[in-house]
Amino acid sequence: MAGYILRRFGAAVLVLFAISVLVFLIFFATPGVDPAARIAGKNADPATLAQVRASFGFDKPLPVQYALMMKHLFISHDLTSFVNRGTLVIPQIVEAVPVTLSLVVGAAVIWMVLGVGMGTLAGAMRGTLVDPLVMLLGVFGVSLPVYWLGEVVNLVTQKELHDSVFSWVPPLGYAPLSEGVGQWALHLLFPWLTLALLYAGIYARLLRGELINALNEDYVRTARAKGLSERRILVKHALRCSLIPIVSLFGLDFGALVGGAALLTEVVFGLPGVGKLTYQALQNLDLPVIMGTVLYAAFFVVLANAVVDVLYARLDPRVRRA
Amino acid sequence: MPEPLLEVSDLRIRFGGFTAVDGLSFSVRPGEVLGVVGESGSGKSVSMLGVLGLIRTPGAEISGKVVFRGRDLLALKNAEMRAVRGREIAMIFQDPMTALTPVYTIGWQIAEQIRAHEKISKRAARDRAVALLGEVGIPSPEQRVDSYPHEFSGGMRQRAVIAMALSCNPALLIADEPTTALDVTTQAQILDLMRRLRADHGSAVVMITHDMGVVSEIADEVLVMYGGRAVERGSRRQVFHTPRHPYTWGLLDSVPRVRGARARRLPTIPGTPGAAGRGCPFADRCAHSFAACAEVPPLTGESGHLDACWLPEEKRTR
Amino acid sequence: MTAAASTAAPQPAAEPARPSAGPWRRALGRLRRNRSAMIAAVGLLLIVLACVLAPLYANTIAHTDPFTSNASGTAIVNGARVPVLAQSTEGLGLGVTPIGPTWDPGGYFLGADSQGRDVMARLLYGGRNSLLIGLSSAVLCCALATVLGVLAGYFGGWIDAVLSRFFDVIWAFPVYLLAICLSVVLLTSGLHLGPIHIDAGSLALPVVIIALIYVPYVARPLRGQVMALRNKEFLHAAVGLGASDLRIMRREVLPNVLPTVVVFLPLMTALNMLTESALSFLSVGVQSPDASWGTIINDGLALLYTRPAITIAAGLCVGLTAVALNVLGDGVRDALDPNARLRGGV
Repeated sequence: MAGYILRRFGAAVLVLFAISVLVFLIFFATPGVDPAARIAGKNADPATLAQVRASFGFDKPLPVQYALMMKHLFISHDLTSFVNRGTLVIPQIVEAVPVTLSLVVGAAVIWMVLGVGMGTLAGAMRGTLVDPLVMLLGVFGVSLPVYWLGEVVNLVTQKELHDSVFSWVPPLGYAPLSEGVGQWALHLLFPWLTLALLYAGIYARLLRGELINALNEDYVRTARAKGLSERRILVKHALRCSLIPIVSLFGLDFGALVGGAALLTEVVFGLPGVGKLTYQALQNLDLPVIMGTVLYAAFFVVLANAVVDVLYARLDPRVRRA
Repeated sequence: MPEPLLEVSDLRIRFGGFTAVDGLSFSVRPGEVLGVVGESGSGKSVSMLGVLGLIRTPGAEISGKVVFRGRDLLALKNAEMRAVRGREIAMIFQDPMTALTPVYTIGWQIAEQIRAHEKISKRAARDRAVALLGEVGIPSPEQRVDSYPHEFSGGMRQRAVIAMALSCNPALLIADEPTTALDVTTQAQILDLMRRLRADHGSAVVMITHDMGVVSEIADEVLVMYGGRAVERGSRRQVFHTPRHPYTWGLLDSVPRVRGARARRLPTIPGTPGAAGRGCPFADRCAHSFAACAEVPPLTGESGHLDACWLPEEKRTR
Repeated sequence: MTAAASTAAPQPAAEPARPSAGPWRRALGRLRRNRSAMIAAVGLLLIVLACVLAPLYANTIAHTDPFTSNASGTAIVNGARVPVLAQSTEGLGLGVTPIGPTWDPGGYFLGADSQGRDVMARLLYGGRNSLLIGLSSAVLCCALATVLGVLAGYFGGWIDAVLSRFFDVIWAFPVYLLAICLSVVLLTSGLHLGPIHIDAGSLALPVVIIALIYVPYVARPLRGQVMALRNKEFLHAAVGLGASDLRIMRREVLPNVLPTVVVFLPLMTALNMLTESALSFLSVGVQSPDASWGTIINDGLALLYTRPAITIAAGLCVGLTAVALNVLGDGVRDALDPNARLRGGV
């Protein structure tokens, strides 16, 4: 097991390296335009351009440029935004990370609980009303844009029904944990639910399918022949095996969420996380910030995937030796 | 003659419009091995799953009587049936590769069955699992008890499945083609093992197979099934030496012989098993069918050798 | 009877097999009998038709140009002529409030946006772009993925190793971030790669970007399928007959993976359309003055509390189209390849 963990994290480091090279190439080596002009932002003056060229070593060969960028990002932490003159990028990101993690972790807990609960119910009670409900929610889960759902939620909780049912909902924004867990959770409640609902639908639907397949497996028949109770067969045998693909998917989705879907949710709910930072940088094409957020997000994604893979190996003995 | 351990009478299993088992009756005495033979689709597996209440298909209709140790299993409540399953009647399935839950160790799965029926500690259940694995011939069982199913070969897995089935000393063991998925050498070893275990544990065995060779090696009594019905029943000696039903003749002819004149080609029974309709189910494929076969023949006979065929006595020669 | 019969009731012969009906025709027959898939298909057809007829609506019914701002325009509401944009009465009186839905197809059916443009007309034109980008990027993505997946699975060896590592890296990269990186760079300068030249504002840019980021999504399962095919006897037979690699891939491998590709197509169209709308929402997708459902949702964001109809209508369009595509896609999968594992890939 220890060997497996080591190998998995070794692979993660390699993937991170590959991603950083890919990002570097996209930003610095796309044929066509002067990367210095891109980094300096729109309508930059010649002095800024010269400063950018020197700082990123654009007169030097590509590998040196790559090393310089990595130094700015990870060693000297002095990657600077040129659009917002002189703002350092890294501290901004460090400040934003807890917001994003609060959002994603909370939503992940809710969606896994809801998704596994509903999926199990639908799989075990096939033919009852739960079943089509879960299927419907699953279709909506893959079809509705999360940012749009967030806006509709805002419309209802902040405007239409804010004076009656939802008067307790705080204004949009984030309350750090230092203001108390209650405020923190209250501010994040609707972002969490919005994000979780769609994923819960997807997961419930997937789990239902896996569970129905598992319940038709030979080992479930063996378990019945052993004289086990239906509940034990469902939970200990069928569900336990059905969760394996769900967990591996969770790794991918959790990662994608830190980088992508959470970005949209943060924008809609005004949460100052990494996603919001990226969004603002996109509005004025502030490339150093985008580069920084992308690489930091990629770091979390790859880390999350590695952790999930290790968890996966704990769940499924068959992959440990692979 | 001892009281039968299991007595099945007029068992019928229907899926929608399809009759899989049509009025099957048989009995098993304590310690006896009953070989149930027939092609795929003859209803042999389904009838045993019906006996154990393991048919989960929605819309399946099961009727008849399955009396085991004086109780009608078909009338038992779910919880009562669970107490019978695994403890008094155990079942082994055909494919050992898929019969075990992949995410638990062999020992865990055996201990789970023991602890489902007996109040003993985890430690004690595990020790029993080790002893059982040793008994079924798994080398160094203390280590192998912590192996996962995928770390075992097919033959080893079937041994583990057998160990699990025997863990609560069942009075009846139903084995559904336990050797079919295995290679020939392993088949012989597993059959050997089952014969030995029967001697040690005294369990009665219902051995479902399509292989007359397996039946001839292990069975005391033989039940030949076709199209969801019993077509011939008798002791091994009776069925193998004086088979009475044309279908049994076909089955016996398609087994290669070691002694005697060798046929150029192994004879086959022409056609494929059809659904049970009106009349003798085998009539379509039978070389001897005649007008009387339009009606279902009853299972009759003397001195325990029964068959379901209209053919007059003088024509009962192969 | 085999043990499997215990779990699945023996099916009575489903339909008389017509020897002439190929697998595609039979799948189509199964799809036709799937009621929810057929409803989805009809719904989809109506949406597509409405969007295709966008110029008809804009020119002959609403008499409006949805691509130029119309700040000083007027509209007739309840018989009275009112300006399309009214000075905001709240706060400092800065900014404008466009008129809300008139529910009159003759003009501003769904109201106007902050530049006084007819939202209904923009919605229809935007739908054209959303659907076009979704579909063409799905086609491009599936085509690329088929080529790469078949190559990797068929040849194995170093080709497979290189392609698989490449898929792995893209796979590990959050799709939105990758799309954002590519968009940010390409939107400022366009794409100039060898013979390919795409201008910065072109709709082809989001198509190419979205197609690229989802290639591993489709290519990985295809690669696995081809690898499994390699060990099948009919392939050995083709090799034994001396057929060339290219011929085997075209005549033996491709027809076998095509059902999976077809299954992917509607689902990828939905996914790509959603991605497009997200990118447009983030202003790195379709660029002004062109519209897509994503840009309209973004336009409506600032007016959410005063004129929610803009956002709600555009979001419903995206959502309903995606629902229809996904339901249809599920139907196609059930008809063609019930065992296809789509999400999670492997």
